Amino acid sequence: MVQEKLNLILLTGRTIDQGVGKESGKSTKLYFDSTTMCYMDETDMNKLGLRNNDHIMATTEEGSVVLRAIKHPRGAMPGMIYIPYGPWANAICSSKTTSIGMPSFKGTPVEVKPAPNQPVLTLEELLKKEFGR
Amino acid sequence: MNLLIKNGFVYDPINEINGEIMDIAIRNDKIVESVPERTSKIIDASGLTVFPGGVDIHTHIAGGEVNTGRLVRPEDHEKDFVRKTAITRSGVGYSIPSTFTTGYRYSRMGYTTVMNPSMACLEAKHTHEELNDIPMLDKATYPLLGDWWLVLENIAKGDLEACARYVAWMLEITKGYAIKIVNPGGLESWGFGRNVHSIDDQVPNFGITPREIMCGLAKVNKMLNLPHTIHLHTNNLGIPGNYATTLETMKCLESIPSDGKPVVHITHLQFSSFAGEDWGSFRSGAGEIAKYINNHDHVTFDMGQIVFTDTTTMTADGPFEYTLYQLSGHKWVNTDIETETSGGIIPFHYKRKNPVNAIQWSIGLELALMTKNPWKVFMTTDHPNAGPFTAYPKILAWLASKKARMATFKRLHKKAQKKSLLPSIDRELSLYDIAIVTRSGQAKALDLKEKGHLGVGADADVAIFNLNPEEVDIANKYKTFRRAFSNAAYTIKAGKVLVKDGEILQQSDGKTIWLDLQTSKEIEISEEIKRKFREYWTVEYENYPVSDHYIKHSSPLTIKADV
Amino acid sequence: MSKIDAVTCPVCGCLCDDIELTIADGVVAQVKNGCAMCEAKFFSHNNDHRLKTPLIRKDGKLVPSTYDKAIRKSAEILAKANYPILYGWSSTDCEAQRVGVELAEEVGGVLDNTAVVCHGPSILSVQEVGIPTCTLGQIRHRADLLIYWGCNPWSAHPRHLERYTAFTEGRFKGSEWKSYINKVKAAAGRKKLRSLERIGVLKHKPEQVAPTVSDNKPPAILNKKGRKLIVVDVRKSMTAEMADYFLQVKPGKDYELIQAMRALVRDQELDVEEVAGVPVEYLQQLVDAMISCQFGIIFFGMGLTQSPSKFRNIDVAISLIRDLNMRTKFAIMPMRGHFNVTGANTVFTWQSGYPYAVDFSLGYPRYNPGETTVVDVLLRQESDAGLVIASDPASNFPRKAVEHLVKKPLIVIDPHMNATSLVGDVVLPSEIVGIEKEGTAYRMDHVPLPLKKVVDPPKGLLSDEEILRRILKEVRKIKSKKLEAA
Repeated sequence: MVQEKLNLILLTGRTIDQGVGKESGKSTKLYFDSTTMCYMDETDMNKLGLRNNDHIMATTEEGSVVLRAIKHPRGAMPGMIYIPYGPWANAICSSKTTSIGMPSFKGTPVEVKPAPNQPVLTLEELLKKEFGR
Repeated sequence: MNLLIKNGFVYDPINEINGEIMDIAIRNDKIVESVPERTSKIIDASGLTVFPGGVDIHTHIAGGEVNTGRLVRPEDHEKDFVRKTAITRSGVGYSIPSTFTTGYRYSRMGYTTVMNPSMACLEAKHTHEELNDIPMLDKATYPLLGDWWLVLENIAKGDLEACARYVAWMLEITKGYAIKIVNPGGLESWGFGRNVHSIDDQVPNFGITPREIMCGLAKVNKMLNLPHTIHLHTNNLGIPGNYATTLETMKCLESIPSDGKPVVHITHLQFSSFAGEDWGSFRSGAGEIAKYINNHDHVTFDMGQIVFTDTTTMTADGPFEYTLYQLSGHKWVNTDIETETSGGIIPFHYKRKNPVNAIQWSIGLELALMTKNPWKVFMTTDHPNAGPFTAYPKILAWLASKKARMATFKRLHKKAQKKSLLPSIDRELSLYDIAIVTRSGQAKALDLKEKGHLGVGADADVAIFNLNPEEVDIANKYKTFRRAFSNAAYTIKAGKVLVKDGEILQQSDGKTIWLDLQTSKEIEISEEIKRKFREYWTVEYENYPVSDHYIKHSSPLTIKADV
Repeated sequence: MSKIDAVTCPVCGCLCDDIELTIADGVVAQVKNGCAMCEAKFFSHNNDHRLKTPLIRKDGKLVPSTYDKAIRKSAEILAKANYPILYGWSSTDCEAQRVGVELAEEVGGVLDNTAVVCHGPSILSVQEVGIPTCTLGQIRHRADLLIYWGCNPWSAHPRHLERYTAFTEGRFKGSEWKSYINKVKAAAGRKKLRSLERIGVLKHKPEQVAPTVSDNKPPAILNKKGRKLIVVDVRKSMTAEMADYFLQVKPGKDYELIQAMRALVRDQELDVEEVAGVPVEYLQQLVDAMISCQFGIIFFGMGLTQSPSKFRNIDVAISLIRDLNMRTKFAIMPMRGHFNVTGANTVFTWQSGYPYAVDFSLGYPRYNPGETTVVDVLLRQESDAGLVIASDPASNFPRKAVEHLVKKPLIVIDPHMNATSLVGDVVLPSEIVGIEKEGTAYRMDHVPLPLKKVVDPPKGLLSDEEILRRILKEVRKIKSKKLEAA
């Protein structure tokens, strides 16, 4: 049975492609591709009826963002999604610093559902949408 | 610019001037015979005490360890902050002041030259970057060489000449000034969590003993004609009963040929003069140590005097800091440096009512007062280990006034009072002696020929204190004396008036003094080192040396070595 | 065509200084020894994303301007501001950072670096409990137990294993390259078998399903001599793939796992079957391996600092190391990200006493993370101007924090166009430190290394250091005029 949405835990972090992308330039395709994807566990993807590169909408208290779902290539990570650092991840990351200065980049609850008809925003579009510039 | 300091009571022990009323003439940055009065700026020093600028032979003010000390102690800074002014930068104290504040505070006490005694060679650039940001003072720094693999290997091989060339190379590329040895053999052992416990213990994996390291480096020091002796932090430092190790250490260096000059400087000797079997039976070993030093001329030392306050201990002696951690349970930093050395940091509060701390306080003063020749004794707190350098005036008062020290003594833990030798010691240092233990003796031990005196040709570094020796008996009016030495009436460095009445008038950078060693086989050695480099370190040969970029005001001292 | 050896790579905290570059026609033509990020960075000096001219926002659009005008405008913004933030610093040299502290002091601002969203919590823990650590060479020579916890060097510090840890040859410890290669071969062999099974050449054997945590039994290798590599993470990262042992911890449960390990190190019995998804029996074996090693090290990363509990995770991790030192030699080290974030902490500390989050608004340095940290200042909407240098907070801060940053006048100094320069009001292009400008950076273990200038910057560009100096000079001019007028 395909479910409509899942409540998971959001992790953000580094990947090598994101690293190479940021050094090559933030407007490169590599950076865009590597920061607009989202690793998911195979079982979770199956629950939502997702295949690699299908669009999903991830929503937290902070907002929503559209990303591409990618099956996590190694080992199991049920219940989690992993988005590489970047403006897209930060659109939904929790800003709560719990009074020590550090926002909550890992471990925020997130709701994930398929978003087949919604586009992944470009950097310019994202900045325009978020900050009006 | 000419400057004339008129009619002060001048104390210049190197030139045997003891409180005579005289003028000091300065042209640009040097002391000269005379300057024309009409075209000179005049400082009226009548009724004031005139000293050479202060010299500190051992004070941790810059580098990786010091800065990590700053980092781990925000609570140390919050209670002691310094506002920015039109002239000076902001900063913080207390026990580990930020760089600018360090410079200002030394300068306010009449100091003009300080020695940073503990530099990990791999991180030498860091030390120099910080020294550049310490204004108001001339500076030098000692690289840690006692547990460096290339030293251990070559001494074990018996090839002192090779060892000397390696040491020369290292001194030069780290822009260092003297050979610093800390718990020889112990730091290498600490790499695997062990330590050495006597000067004849074997260092694991290297087939060498601390005795061999110390004697070897003392000989190397001589072969290189270095201006200072080896600068030694002894084995077993901070352990009850260690005075025996210290005696053995001094004895093992007796036979090093020296033309009657010292061959070793034992630093913060207080921490190495403990008698007793454990902390319960802890007592002073100062009597035995002082007796030995009075009968031998190859040793100088600095006090490492305890002051009762909250401070931060930091030393390359990693295993000792671990012992302190076990004792205190306080936050503990350990930093081992590949191929070279280690390091540790523990905050520490010395308390009058703690019998061990109180006895330690007594030991430092006993050592200084029982050593007859003041040229062998230098006043330090091993800043910040036994207390911050800002406590110097307090210590001077204890040295110069029995009344002052008994006032503190009365408030000590009773057990410590009973064990202390201080009540039986009547000696009180004169202003002349004070000048020796705070500048002239230190300059002489460092062979800084233009420092520590006011003769013609000396650097124009002068400290003037608001103290009339004809009117004030410092042994009696020790509080007046202490006040005067806390805030200099004038501090003049390189001919510039930097401080007046304890206020900073202008900010001025000092020089970094380093040894430019001339050896005959330099090139050969650097080829050898190049080969070893990737094996021993994780940085490239080209990136290791401290280039000129890292020295803002360079002042090399050229030395011709015998190798 | 010329070759330059021993170049320091200005990308990550590894600060590899063995890079060999070939320069042709004033451009980096070849990069040897570096990782993929290193290559990308060295080639980036010549790409289309460079900022070539200063920009000032007019009527909502960034339009080209001159340095003089942009610097003047920046100085005006800063001199006028009551509570500006000066943020970034981790990808520039110590020389620029030193000027930065002076500028922050002059304008009475909040000075903060990227550690705040990275290893800030680690610094807080070090201030609580200290840290037993060492330089990386010490690990190469001595360590026989390597643990990467909540970090993924394969992705973030690609040469860490090869230069400093598992795959290096030390004086007392050998490299584990060979066993790694065997492992890779074996894995490739298994894959082959599986594909043969799939196409029906071999008879299918029931294979283990994807290992769940409780299946993940510590292998016998933990008892062998020689180097051992362990990875602890919430997901199987690339680094975990290479490890002798991968321990999968449930997200957010690191704190209790480490506390349980502390108890075991102290020979206490645990009355539960499993902790954080890991059977106590396995944990016991792991702890035994830790106790019986000669020299162990834990490297930790964002997996500990950014997950719930944040600095408390590091507190217990460091405390575990303190406990282990009663039994053997153990060290711990944060995997610092930006190539000079350690330098930023270091410079800030020696000049002001505090490593990050330094507030100069009262005329002296004040430090109260949670209050003076830049994310909190932004979330409370207190700042009235911003200067961002060598960093991209518009990409790296949570959206709410960026919103306020963008609302107030924003000065950006960076060699490249990035999200922050896109939303800035004054944008000042700069030379790339370590490629077009020499300087100093501090490796993750506090070892300072020189950065080289290997090519000339585009004509007319200024360095971070020079831009800051000019802004500082201009600010002082404006302030002294104000004083005169008063």
